[in-house]
Amino acid sequence: MPYGSHAADDRARMLAVIGVDSVDRLFDDIPDALRSGPLRLDPPEPELLLSARLQTLASRNRVDLASFLGAGAYRHWTPAAVDQMLLRGEWYTAYTPYQPEVSQGTLQSIYEYQSLLAELTAMDVVSASHYDGGAATAEAALMTCRATGRERLLVSRGIHPHYRRTLETYAEGAGLRVDEVPLVVDGPAAGTTDLAALEMMLADGPPVAGVVAANPNVMGLLEDMVRVGELAHGAGALFVHVIEPVSLSVLATPGESGADIACGEGQPLGIPLQYGGPYLGILACREPLVRQIPGRLVGLTKDLDGKRAFVMTMRAREQDIRREKAASNICTNQALLALAAAIYLAAIGPHGLRDVAALGAASATELEAALAAAGAPRLHSGPYLNEFAVRVPDARRVHARLLDRGVLAGIPLSELLPDDPAQADGLLVCTTEVTTPAEIAAFADALRAELAGGAA
Amino acid sequence: MSVVGEKLQPTIFELSRPDRGGGKIPHPPVGALDRIPASARRAKPVALPELSEPEVVRHYVNLSALNYSVDAGFYPLGSCTMKYNPKLNEWAARLPGFASLHPMAPDAAAQGTLQLLFELEAMLAEISGMAAVTLQPAAGAQGELTGILMIRAYHRSRGDLERTEVLVPDSSHGTNPATASMAGFKTITIPSAPDGGVDLDAFRAALGPRTAAIMITNPSTLGLFESRVGELLEATHAAGALAYMDGANLNAILGRFRPGQAGFDVMHINTHKTFSTPHGGGGPGAGPVGVRDGLVPFLPGPRVRQEPDGSFRLERDGERPLSIGRVRSFFGSTGVLVRAYAYLRAHGGTGLAEVTDDAVLAANYMKARLSGTFVVPFERACKHEFVASASDIKHRTGVRTLDIAKRLIDKGYHPPTIYFPLTIEEGMLIEPTETESLETLDGFIDALIQIAAEAETEPDLVTSAPHDAPVRRLDEATAARQPNLRWRGMTGVERPCGD
Repeated sequence: MPYGSHAADDRARMLAVIGVDSVDRLFDDIPDALRSGPLRLDPPEPELLLSARLQTLASRNRVDLASFLGAGAYRHWTPAAVDQMLLRGEWYTAYTPYQPEVSQGTLQSIYEYQSLLAELTAMDVVSASHYDGGAATAEAALMTCRATGRERLLVSRGIHPHYRRTLETYAEGAGLRVDEVPLVVDGPAAGTTDLAALEMMLADGPPVAGVVAANPNVMGLLEDMVRVGELAHGAGALFVHVIEPVSLSVLATPGESGADIACGEGQPLGIPLQYGGPYLGILACREPLVRQIPGRLVGLTKDLDGKRAFVMTMRAREQDIRREKAASNICTNQALLALAAAIYLAAIGPHGLRDVAALGAASATELEAALAAAGAPRLHSGPYLNEFAVRVPDARRVHARLLDRGVLAGIPLSELLPDDPAQADGLLVCTTEVTTPAEIAAFADALRAELAGGAA
Repeated sequence: MSVVGEKLQPTIFELSRPDRGGGKIPHPPVGALDRIPASARRAKPVALPELSEPEVVRHYVNLSALNYSVDAGFYPLGSCTMKYNPKLNEWAARLPGFASLHPMAPDAAAQGTLQLLFELEAMLAEISGMAAVTLQPAAGAQGELTGILMIRAYHRSRGDLERTEVLVPDSSHGTNPATASMAGFKTITIPSAPDGGVDLDAFRAALGPRTAAIMITNPSTLGLFESRVGELLEATHAAGALAYMDGANLNAILGRFRPGQAGFDVMHINTHKTFSTPHGGGGPGAGPVGVRDGLVPFLPGPRVRQEPDGSFRLERDGERPLSIGRVRSFFGSTGVLVRAYAYLRAHGGTGLAEVTDDAVLAANYMKARLSGTFVVPFERACKHEFVASASDIKHRTGVRTLDIAKRLIDKGYHPPTIYFPLTIEEGMLIEPTETESLETLDGFIDALIQIAAEAETEPDLVTSAPHDAPVRRLDEATAARQPNLRWRGMTGVERPCGD
């Protein structure tokens, strides 16, 4: 066993104290009929060989492509200090801070995370973390039902399709009805949530607990979130604003849009892409909803001597206290990823974060022009920040051909939104501060060549 | 001297000064944001703290020093399996090929990760005795939700709509009943029998045509193998219900008991317990779920498939129409799964069996040595953890388990899990794991025995502990009554941020 610490005679000494002659005796309580034979797995692999195996597997992934892929997970640069801090065993080998006297580091870091995200979102209360953007959005939707006592949700088709699917799974369990609000098909508002349809859906049918919409939305487009919020509130529903955190350094916040709850994916804040996780589910709300928010919360308090200290608080919402009456079953969360996000924000600062957003936007402007010149104009006309869709005939085939040329040309909309046949001719592309002019030129050149040779 | 650092830190907001730090990101071109309409922009600039990199590093190094951790010492938290977190695994997860792979990357660009996930699923299926495994759930509790939703879908697919109840023993993790509620079921709590197992008569009385599932933790949260598990499974299936196993305690049965083979229908695995992925101060984890044959169609998607030519791909949307759908975005917590894969390869089948043997040996050794000093409610062999109780000490001296736990901090140890399971008076749930040396186990046992003696001679010393920690006991009541959940205002910044 590679990580055991026993010396040659330790086991015999322990068995003697227990008073049995073999460790097998300690398993006598497993009924004979239910015992299993040896595990049919490969033999142990020494670290020298295992590290080579892992390196070989990692090298089979292609991370050298000129990538324009976003769609809910974003390629960003992270200051080296962030991972250096995360590699401290004092952080990553600690448990949930149930013993606050020896966990002040984790507790204060979570309190600071809550405070940083409260400022970024302009909300009052931020939970200590949820699994990811999808799960946080599902929990936000469930919160609106608990708070209003209503059982119907209106979800914009502008939120990420994985969030919609996750929300549906959670809602199915809770017996809630989910209706999808369509996107506008054409005109200047094409690709954004259909506000007229939303208004009608709010007026028709059972009362609505919550309206869920994203900004930027899945097409990268900016939504009229203030209006969505007004419509929701006008019908007595709560408004859930799905965020992208880097964009909040420049875009209107959930606090400003009148949202009751904000949620979203924290991955862009210094968390590696790593094929989908572990990521960071952000969940925030206004003060009146604080007793409804699921997940851990850390509060500031004092010790017996009056010293400032931090502690997990309002635990009566949680599963280990309330069992079947808890606000959620969440236990393990994403504390280390919340820490990563906090260190990232501290290291990059407010100006750095705005520059990250602005650089992504500037590159996107260049990419838009380059792709249009190559024959792929934008699919929509509304404002966007750093992600947008372009019209490319037979997008799936073109996307595959560009991959052969070393360009990861975003994602075909028909793949991202298979339930929306109207989007078959689109590619969703994105830029960030790491996108280079050379990559943009490579993409445009390859696309031009592909579109020109498409008939051949 | 305190076992952790003693220097409390200012908050990062108090360290901020205007225009400090920066220089990390190039300046964007002038007018980069001009095309964003004014109405869509943030009105008030974001008031994040401004620090130099040296100050950021010092802040987080000094904060980290206030934490107790497995890397620093013994952490015998029952039910949490605080084993050593191998450093190879941290290195592996950070290899650029794994760390920089986009979750929407085409299959052709993700063959290394897809192969790893495919092999990991097969290994977990072998260990659990299940037909197939989903790697998607982000944690044990999400695994439970996934499992119970699959059970619900299974009953519904058979037109069986009357099964609205889930049976849960009173010693279970709180996540079990909370999960049942989230999945739309009513929880029926089953009392424990005097021997710590499920009360079979009470169980049979509660079981019926309304039962959708039972949720059993085996070994139980008392660290005891459920020796009537055969009868429980038989009765469950005879009633048309399915059996869910909470795999939190899998570390106790590797290579000895395969739940799927024994008759469980669904189980989750906590990679952050059994397979050494770090707990991270509360997370992340991963909660793969295994199922028997009949439930495979209901697994959430996407799963990894192997093509006839040997290449790997993700399932497409709608490929399995009976799937319960997604429980999260993208594939799963792949970075955690890379670590679990490395752990499983490092051990192989024989190494995993040794893990269980040594974990169970260590727990029984500690139980034997402590049984003269503390009440050990269950005399029979425990598995990887055991319950000890300070009920006698409390009745004699007034010193409670909480006090003993806090006094352990003074002696240099993280306390065990206390007051769980809820069924044990003044309980301590002690889980040593297999990676600790005999010297470490003896040191902890000696410390507990010393504290028991102090409770008799100097009870005030114990009830006022900890004495050697950066803070003393906290005012939790005020924290809950008047919650302060965020910092408002920054020292050195002219205007307060936030409201």
